[in-house]
Amino acid sequence: MSLPVLHIEHLSKSFGGVRALNDLHFTVREKEIFSIIGPNGAGKSTIFNCINGLYSPENGKIILQGQDITGKSPNVIAGKGIARTFQNLELFKYMSTIDNLLLGRHMLMKSSIFHILALSVKRSAAAREEIKHRRKVEEIIDFLELQPYRDYPVFALSYGKQKLVELGRALAMEPKILLLDEPAAGLNNEERQDMIFWIQDIRDQMDISIVIIEHNMQMVKDISDRVLALNFGKKITEGSPQEVLANQEVIRAYLGDDLKDE
Amino acid sequence: MIAQILINAVVAGSIYALMALAMVIIYKASEIPNFAQGEMAMISTYITFVMLQVYGFSFYPALLVTILFAFILGFLFEFAVIRRAKDPNLLGYIIITLGFQMVLFGLAGWKWGSDQRTFSLPFSSSSVIFRTDQYAITEHNMASIIIAILVMAGLYILLKYTRLGLAMKAIQQNKNAARFNGIPADRIMGFSFGISAIVGAVAGILVAPVSTLDPTMMWDPLLKGFAAAVLGGMKSLPGAIIGGLLLGLIENLFGYYISLEFKAVVAFAIIILVLFVKPSGLLGKHYTKKV
Repeated sequence: MSLPVLHIEHLSKSFGGVRALNDLHFTVREKEIFSIIGPNGAGKSTIFNCINGLYSPENGKIILQGQDITGKSPNVIAGKGIARTFQNLELFKYMSTIDNLLLGRHMLMKSSIFHILALSVKRSAAAREEIKHRRKVEEIIDFLELQPYRDYPVFALSYGKQKLVELGRALAMEPKILLLDEPAAGLNNEERQDMIFWIQDIRDQMDISIVIIEHNMQMVKDISDRVLALNFGKKITEGSPQEVLANQEVIRAYLGDDLKDE
Repeated sequence: MIAQILINAVVAGSIYALMALAMVIIYKASEIPNFAQGEMAMISTYITFVMLQVYGFSFYPALLVTILFAFILGFLFEFAVIRRAKDPNLLGYIIITLGFQMVLFGLAGWKWGSDQRTFSLPFSSSSVIFRTDQYAITEHNMASIIIAILVMAGLYILLKYTRLGLAMKAIQQNKNAARFNGIPADRIMGFSFGISAIVGAVAGILVAPVSTLDPTMMWDPLLKGFAAAVLGGMKSLPGAIIGGLLLGLIENLFGYYISLEFKAVVAFAIIILVLFVKPSGLLGKHYTKKV
């Protein structure tokens, strides 16, 4: 069995009186595609927001490869190797595709005051470093087939392409773990199929563990190694996609119980 | 006569442009209109004065100390005051900057009194370097324009060719996304305030010899800088420069041809007019949100 990469224990978070997450446990292993499902408001995005430091949980621990990262700030957590994409894209809209991806590498670049103030003119040390990073970014652009769009400002691209740019930017960080918040939402069938292939390729070629929040059950079935089902911030069940999607409680959470009672 | 008006316009405009740039650097990054910026520049100018007069520094070392001081002042303002505010809205931010402005004003009054002081710079406003019967250019005129151009060029290089510049741009466009990409957004915001304070301090040093050094010296330049920034679109650095120069020109032409007494009011009129006719300013891009 492969090693755990991300380990969550006793995770709780409330907003006012509402318990968004209630004593949650799960573990993501190396090179695994792990899906989180649940009806709207079940707390799926809250998990991501806790993991990457946007929210600080009231209780519980988030452990990345043996290191406790609970309550650290988003930029520190990004630096430890957690990258994510968003349900509603968070891009640098007025920058080109390539600049978006280069910003993904920001924290991999040397960060002393001399380096951040260094001019990237020809043959300077800063330029050499930039060339190294540009090479990596070009690889990702090739991988996601974004060459035709590399110099376009992102806001001019289609929604599907914008999602790919965001994915590319996350990959540029060379993360250990990738959090994808509804990667297929808003995509047409063909784009969704492509997205599935890319996600699988990322796992296979880049050795990255992937956590996905997704509503499309077919996609969850096709892509996941394991699935966690959530309702009202609590775990319903966890296991293989077939098991979880056949679980009575999961079905009830999605369809609502009043249907049966009446 | 028109030549002299043009010279005065460009000199005044350069200083307005610097104040406008200082405003825009912060506004672009945080949408905070920093009304404390005039007083920050005033305090920094006092530091130059103290270095020159009390400690007997020569000008350039004193300038260096001032730049360092201004950077630290701006950085600390962001770190100790702005960052501590819990989810404030725009009005909250405006009140914070106005409050800080009053604190600095009070501090300067207490430390240095309201005496008007003069201090001498290596470029004097009384020695003329070029004169015809039509116009005269003083050392101070020349120095103001050259220094303003140097500051603008420095800013351009900083924003365009350094990673700090790219990170600042990223934060301006999407602060959260910047954070999630590992950019320390808070620290870079602090840098932005520091850089803005340096630009303001340079404006203060250029203003002091022509007005006088006293705690109210930056009220007028701040207002003019704000008007210039609004004119240029609040979020555009080239806009701030064009706005500053244009304001200098309009103001001086107005003063000569229409009314000298109402010259100072022109800036207000411009703010109102711009907000009325084109709220996004001359170079401001106005993106409407899709719903």
